[in-house]
Amino acid sequence: MTETELQQADFILGQFDDQRANLIAILQDIQGKFYYLPQEVLGRVARKLRVPLTDVYQVATFYRCFSLVPRGRHQVQVCLGTACHVRGAPRVLDRILTDLKLAGPGTTRDRQFTVLPVRCVGCCGLAPVVRVDNSTHPHLTQAKVRGMLNKYRLKAQTQEEIASTEEAGDGDATAQVG
Amino acid sequence: MPRLKSVEELESFRAGLRTARDPKRPCLTVCAGSGCTAAGAHDVLAGLRTELAKHGLQDAIDVKSTGCHGFCERGPLMIVWPDGTFYNQVAASDAAAIVASVSNGHVPVEKLLYRDPVSGKRVIHEEEVPFYARQQRVLFGNNGKIDPKNIEDYLNVGGYSALARVLSTMSPEQVVDAVTRSGLRGRGGAGFPTGLKWKLCRENPVPRYLICNGDEGDPGAFMDRSLLEGNPHSVVEGMIIGAFALGVQEAYVYVRAEYPLACEHLRAAIDQAEEYGLLGDDILGSGMKLYVHVVKGAGAFVCGEETALIASLEGRVGQPQPRPPYPAQKGLWGRPTVINNVKTWASVPVIINWGPEWYAGIGTEKSKGTMVFSLVGKINNTGLVEVPMGVTLREMVYDIGGGIPGGKALKAIQIGGPSGGCIPADLIDLPIDYERLTEAGSMMGSGGMVVMDETTCMVDIARYFMEFLEDESCGQCFPCREGTQRMRQILTRICAGNGTEDDLLLLEDLGWLMKQASLCALGQTAANPVLTTLRYFRDEYLAHIRERRCPAKVCRELIFYEIEPTLCDGCHACVHVCAGQGILGEKGQVHTIDRAKCTRCGACLEVCQPKAVRVGTGSPARAGVARDGAGGDMVCQN
Amino acid sequence: MPKLTINGIEVLVEKGTTVLEAARFLGLPIPTLCHDDGLAPASACRLCVVEVRRGLEGRSKLLAACSLPAEDGMLVHTNSARVQRARQLLIELYVATCPSSKRIQDLASAYGVHECRYEAEHENCIQCGLCVRMCEQQMMAGAIGFAGRGADRHVSRPFDMTSERCRQCGACLYICPVCELRCAGPAADTTLCNGCLNFAPVCFQSYDDAMCFLDPCHACELAGPLRPDVRPRTPTSGVPGTPTKIKTRARATVLSGEKQ
Repeated sequence: MTETELQQADFILGQFDDQRANLIAILQDIQGKFYYLPQEVLGRVARKLRVPLTDVYQVATFYRCFSLVPRGRHQVQVCLGTACHVRGAPRVLDRILTDLKLAGPGTTRDRQFTVLPVRCVGCCGLAPVVRVDNSTHPHLTQAKVRGMLNKYRLKAQTQEEIASTEEAGDGDATAQVG
Repeated sequence: MPRLKSVEELESFRAGLRTARDPKRPCLTVCAGSGCTAAGAHDVLAGLRTELAKHGLQDAIDVKSTGCHGFCERGPLMIVWPDGTFYNQVAASDAAAIVASVSNGHVPVEKLLYRDPVSGKRVIHEEEVPFYARQQRVLFGNNGKIDPKNIEDYLNVGGYSALARVLSTMSPEQVVDAVTRSGLRGRGGAGFPTGLKWKLCRENPVPRYLICNGDEGDPGAFMDRSLLEGNPHSVVEGMIIGAFALGVQEAYVYVRAEYPLACEHLRAAIDQAEEYGLLGDDILGSGMKLYVHVVKGAGAFVCGEETALIASLEGRVGQPQPRPPYPAQKGLWGRPTVINNVKTWASVPVIINWGPEWYAGIGTEKSKGTMVFSLVGKINNTGLVEVPMGVTLREMVYDIGGGIPGGKALKAIQIGGPSGGCIPADLIDLPIDYERLTEAGSMMGSGGMVVMDETTCMVDIARYFMEFLEDESCGQCFPCREGTQRMRQILTRICAGNGTEDDLLLLEDLGWLMKQASLCALGQTAANPVLTTLRYFRDEYLAHIRERRCPAKVCRELIFYEIEPTLCDGCHACVHVCAGQGILGEKGQVHTIDRAKCTRCGACLEVCQPKAVRVGTGSPARAGVARDGAGGDMVCQN
Repeated sequence: MPKLTINGIEVLVEKGTTVLEAARFLGLPIPTLCHDDGLAPASACRLCVVEVRRGLEGRSKLLAACSLPAEDGMLVHTNSARVQRARQLLIELYVATCPSSKRIQDLASAYGVHECRYEAEHENCIQCGLCVRMCEQQMMAGAIGFAGRGADRHVSRPFDMTSERCRQCGACLYICPVCELRCAGPAADTTLCNGCLNFAPVCFQSYDDAMCFLDPCHACELAGPLRPDVRPRTPTSGVPGTPTKIKTRARATVLSGEKQ
């Protein structure tokens, strides 16, 4: 982790007092900021709350919201609740994995996407449902998968292109793409 | 807004609100629950606001986003007040027509009205829609009338009058007595009598804690989400009344991580309640003190179990504790704690306002009041249904649910989530109450009701639930950790056509062991889906085992796809979506599927317009196969 | 002082006594795997379940005796048909999980489990948590703990690295009931501990051999044909999906050792 990132982590820790009960809330904020729980930060959390690192590690590996390895920029949450299951969600999941060239749920090599099954986002009337970041995509079929993912691919591409043109020094209106 | 310092101030404030609001003023309400939002409700809201501004009508006509109406299949939903006109499947492009109709003579926009599938006629009001007509929306009725982010809407419909009554005329013992007499049972799943739980907690000394369980982990259930999003004050009011009865000063609401909107609305509601003097140091001048904290879950179904939830609140892993001692004796931080479900808390103001006798008059002998179900799956009208206890499954599926899509045959109804069981179609006249469901091998659970038809494989469903429970088991006790794994392995083998009849005995033994010896209710009920499907659908298991055939044509290793040559028009649509690139054929020619490359993904079936793609089951490669006309089902003759 | 009835015997105990303690006081044997008198109970192995009824009309259920506080009027049965069946099914699963454990083999012969219908998994850990509790509660180190959840749950050190809190005392090895904690040798950074410095290395290699490796199994000595010098090889399954039939032919009539 960089010095800036460590400072950001310390800032988050500073928002809480050092009660054991705050552990999960702290980890949620760290996960939200860094898209994963870095090892150094967990050590700091353990020291702050005065609990053994094993306790923090146990909590970090118990709850599905947390990840010890970096997650992708876009979280693709495929709902595998019962209603979505009977309406064909497993096949939609397979299609998404195939499209992103993943063998199973996880993060793509370019760290753009993380595919995670979730059990019920509570939109059962619109099954099968996939949530990408904060948008919920209802009534998904295999045929719609590629189009849906492409929307996010385009965004990612655009941001990368802007970043690379800025680096090259062309940081003016010509950076507008797509 | 100065704090309200007494019950009298609250009532006069409320009266003032009602006078200030003109009941005849037009108001366009759009459901903004998670379901309708996903379907585009916010675009509709934006569209309406733009349209009103365009005509300069933004001061004459209000636009409001409301809580979940429950009829998610037909969202986005709208109601135009004061007429009560109910619109479904509204799009942003309809804004012009809607605004026009409201500003000129209030003639409803025909195409947005709900059309009754039986009579073919359009109905105007919500109560006329069959989905709603048979419901008794004691808890959910206000969702469509209020903006959940505005406490004054809640006050306007009578909110916090139960609290006012409690603080000014009742003692804590009287409150507990009222809840007991109402017959209210915990709506989280186990159905423990709520009044008794409160009474047992009061037998232990202060300080005590109060928790609202908003974990709602059952996949397929979203009632708690809708209530927390759509009417969070109803839950908060119930909790304040509970805190009064139990002598509690710190309360917690535990909301699962997957419900960000519910968290947001709840926090806003609590902030507003504090602002208005309904929470905090001196509630309505009564001297009562209560602070409510919202805590987010972190992705663990087991945290819906009371002791696991408590552990999670304490910053530990969600591992259940053996009971006894029960949370009412020793709960959060070792103190006596009452945990109740969202719907249970929301029922408390209703009981106080309308009286325990009224509440006890609804429902059956041992199951009082209304129950909220999420009716989902293979059903025409998906959504949230609130009915009195004792309504039959037949009414739920056909009268309210509108039957099965495509006219397919009902096969089973799964009630109670992963802890519940599958009720077969021939028990469809079963009245829904706690005892009757348990007798049939299922359980009420928190109200998830998943309808399954002839295209659902019950062995696959058993495997699905076991996979879920294996994933969600906390893992601390041996029978659950090991049992869920072993059962899932056996079921996967059976689904792949490699099962034996001995496997069924193993499933029954493992199921028995888990039920008897697991540490918590997750493990004790984990085998229910398997045991009920074995009880009612054994023939499907045997077909998988003896014939390597999946009667519902779901289990991928036992099915094959083929194209009926007489129906194929060569449109080539299937080729574009084929995951295995295994469909051969030129455009305009009859296509064929190469079985060796087919991954059985089913995408071709999805896109085939002339319905030429067929699914077969049983081993097709053997000689002497016969075809039965109906659905391309191949049955082996040897 | 609660008065409860165990197997028909009335006993008066101090408040806070567990049913397991009360039963032992009466001399009634209840098997355990995850219990140790010096550590807080975990109720994880479930082997100590007993049948409990409150009052004669109440329904009964199986509860773990190690964590069950004795209450007035409780009716407890430590060896009812239901308890026996639960124990046998549990032990059968334990055998499938750790076939090469002496403790579990002893339990199988003591409680009449003669075959195992499940595929052997050789997990080498039953997650009783004794090592974790020992490290935390007796040795005050907290160097090892559980990680993960459900099928993925396992005893671990954070990030798989030996922590500075580990004093290499070897208590975790000592307390393990299935004796399967192994030491991988002198690779100090990434191994569980340097236990080989305290103990002679043990041999775990012969998975075909279902007999113990620390000392001869009591039961097979008694049964004659299974004396250590003439031990047969038990069959292993070569075909995935076929349960290994692990048969213990010892029909011991003696309860094995005091270790329980």
